[in-house]
Amino acid sequence: MKSSTRIMATASIVLVICMMSSVLLLRKLDQLRSGGTAEEVLYISSPTVLKRSSLGYGGLLADVYWTRAVQYFGSKHHNGAQHYELLAPLLEITTALDPQLLVAYEYGANFLAPKPPDGAGMPRRAIELAEYGIRNNPNEWKLYYQLGFIYYTELQDYAAAADAFDRGSRVPNAHPWLKLMAAQMAEHAGDLQTARMLWTTMYQSPQDRSIRANAAAHLRALQVDEDVLVLERLVNIYRDKTGRVPNSFSDLEAAGLLRGTATDPLGRPYRLMPDGHVVVRVPDDLPFLKKGIPPGYVPPIKPKLLPSD
Amino acid sequence: MSMRIVHIASNTFREAVRDRVLYNLIAFALLMSGAAILVGQISIDIERLVVINLGLTAVSLFGLVIAIFIGIGLVSKEIDKRTLYTVLSRPVRRWEFIVGKFLGLAGTLVVNTVCMAIGVFVALLYVSHHFQKADGWLLVALYFIVLQFLIITALALLFSSFSSPLLSAVFAFALFVIGCFAEDLRGFASMTQGITRWLAIGAAYLVPNFSALNVISSVAHEQPVSGQLIFYNTAYALVYAAMALCGAVLVFEHRNLK
Amino acid sequence: MTAIEILGLEKTYSVGFWRKKPKRALWPLHLKVEEGEIFGFLGPNGAGKTTTLKLLMGLVFPTAGTARILGLEINDPHMKAQIGFLPEQPYFYDYLTARELLEYYGQLSGVSAKDRSRKVSEVLERVGLPDAAGTQLRKFSKGMLQRVGIAQAILHDPKVVFFDEPMSGLDPMGRREVRDLMEQLKHQGKTVFFSTHILSDAEALCDRVAIIHQGELRGIGAVADLTSSVHGNVELVWQGNAVPQSLRTLGAECHITGDTVRAIVSETRQDAAMEALRREGLRLISLTPVRMSLEDYFVQQLKPAEATVEVTS
Repeated sequence: MKSSTRIMATASIVLVICMMSSVLLLRKLDQLRSGGTAEEVLYISSPTVLKRSSLGYGGLLADVYWTRAVQYFGSKHHNGAQHYELLAPLLEITTALDPQLLVAYEYGANFLAPKPPDGAGMPRRAIELAEYGIRNNPNEWKLYYQLGFIYYTELQDYAAAADAFDRGSRVPNAHPWLKLMAAQMAEHAGDLQTARMLWTTMYQSPQDRSIRANAAAHLRALQVDEDVLVLERLVNIYRDKTGRVPNSFSDLEAAGLLRGTATDPLGRPYRLMPDGHVVVRVPDDLPFLKKGIPPGYVPPIKPKLLPSD
Repeated sequence: MSMRIVHIASNTFREAVRDRVLYNLIAFALLMSGAAILVGQISIDIERLVVINLGLTAVSLFGLVIAIFIGIGLVSKEIDKRTLYTVLSRPVRRWEFIVGKFLGLAGTLVVNTVCMAIGVFVALLYVSHHFQKADGWLLVALYFIVLQFLIITALALLFSSFSSPLLSAVFAFALFVIGCFAEDLRGFASMTQGITRWLAIGAAYLVPNFSALNVISSVAHEQPVSGQLIFYNTAYALVYAAMALCGAVLVFEHRNLK
Repeated sequence: MTAIEILGLEKTYSVGFWRKKPKRALWPLHLKVEEGEIFGFLGPNGAGKTTTLKLLMGLVFPTAGTARILGLEINDPHMKAQIGFLPEQPYFYDYLTARELLEYYGQLSGVSAKDRSRKVSEVLERVGLPDAAGTQLRKFSKGMLQRVGIAQAILHDPKVVFFDEPMSGLDPMGRREVRDLMEQLKHQGKTVFFSTHILSDAEALCDRVAIIHQGELRGIGAVADLTSSVHGNVELVWQGNAVPQSLRTLGAECHITGDTVRAIVSETRQDAAMEALRREGLRLISLTPVRMSLEDYFVQQLKPAEATVEVTS
């Protein structure tokens, strides 16, 4: 059986070599093709045709496209991209194949509308997607909420947001919160409190980690905005009282205006600038700030979203 | 040694032809001409697109069916019908038999594809009335389809060496479908954690990578195919087919025939 | 030189899906076949004849033991180039014509291209199928397929030929032709190893036989020696139709046909029988020793209680 053992040995060795080579080749191919699979989306002129040609297996195909959408956005966002042209078609095809895939609408609401690098910067398409979702799932109150969310955060169209919340509140079993928000829009649209309520609800979404992380970052930013507002008001009170700017927060403490150290949502103490402004120490960790930004700070290309807590 | 492989290969080819496999070309020709005429009549400005998409998809699917249906029987049929008895009692090594069978079926598929390619180009000429430079990329797409056939044939042969025809067909078809989503599978795998991660990654790399070999839609939209992609795809297809063939040789080498 | 040497070849199959039960197809077999002889491998159906042949052809792998053909190992291609094999109830690629099939087998056996065409025609003549060369095998009758089978086994002029049930499916004419062919092969100096359960063929053809039953070798030796080794009978023929009582008590089998009686008595009782006839005044016409037929030997060996009998010739 000598020749037989020789053949077995040769075949085994060749097999192992081939396996290793195929892994290496695959990695190279994936590199060459990165984005290639997603780009095919541009060639699908009609999602309805795709749905029909999937012969009833549209649900599975939708899941595939959904995964591609998440990977596409996730990897690009991680690298701080400025263009996300494929996100909208990917989500549109996903929802065309499976109109009940609710997480896709949520993803669209959070990441289609905002401007790059936080999103694709396509609020109109985001609204179309949300409305499509509502047409196909008229009793899902969350979709109305997401629609209102887009109007509020990206377009600042408080009237339209109110309308969306109102429509949603009429859905059976709607969260009573929706009616509240509709009313809130009317009077207190610009309030920090309103914004916080919106982002808190989005944060409580059980569906997607990146959505939660994004919401958490926004909530932290709102917290900083509020803290800075409060702290700077205290600084002004101190200035009125003593006629000078405090040197540090301990001065405020001594004056009985502040109790304990003032820390940002990540536990780092705020910094008191000589001109009386309050800023954060590590602005890289706190994207979306409107106040408390150190002077001359240039935000990095890649926004940092800490994992949601 | 090498001549015996050639003889086995040409006999396998002869068997496929006498089995009336090439009649599928008639069905294909009917399909293409019907589509071309229909599309030419409607003239919706995307005739070229339709002919290429339909044509190449048909080439791919017809060939896939042939590869699987003949491939699964390559070894198992010879064992069942005992035609192997008089072959293996001759100075033919078992691995030569496997390689010969593979080359025979691969050759059949290449011939089949060439004929179909002519059909596609004729249909294209009919609807577009002239060839464009971009039509050259069609040849690359067809070449990639042939590479897909090599992989599927090798896999079908592997299954044929130890499994019944029905199971082999199911496995081969399943691997084809999964292979079309291989890139997504690798994406999935990289998102998992723990033990599942290693299993998923292992499976994702083991599955044949058909997604990279499918350039039908980009070729239909006149996108070029990079030379690097051609090179690496060729290397991958050959390596993968070799892998499956080695598996088949190892299984068959010590198989007791009934 | 020894053409075939089987050294302790055995085969056990594991039967069953979960709990594998071992099933013995062949107990350790020891056998030698010399060059130039016709060797018969006899046994009832399921005895292990085909298993032995499959082991020798390398189609099935032994659980233990080895074998050598022409001094070479079983899986050696050099050895395979010098042997021919006709399996039981052969199947061939039915989409090929007889000529195409033989050409293909010729290619695989290494027959050179320039000789191939001629040899194919010759061998088709030899097996009696000169006109069927261009007919597809799927149109062949069983007898014709058997002939094609023989043709492919001898096409490349092998030194040792293995036939598994070569007579199956053939009419008496066909069987005669195959017998003649096997004699011819022997005269050409080839070794023929064939298995069969038709004992008359074995008796007529073989130099030596082996008998196998339930996977075990039960007897081996030259036909003549095997049949004469056991006590035979004698046949007495006398005129008249009277059977003496004394003969009946001797245990004779008597047949009365017209004017003569035939009786078969054991050899040892021969004298007593003749004495009985003489006393009755019956006229003895002939006294002939009846050799035990191979069949009788065969049936005897198949009884489980019998020990094996080895006779070297």
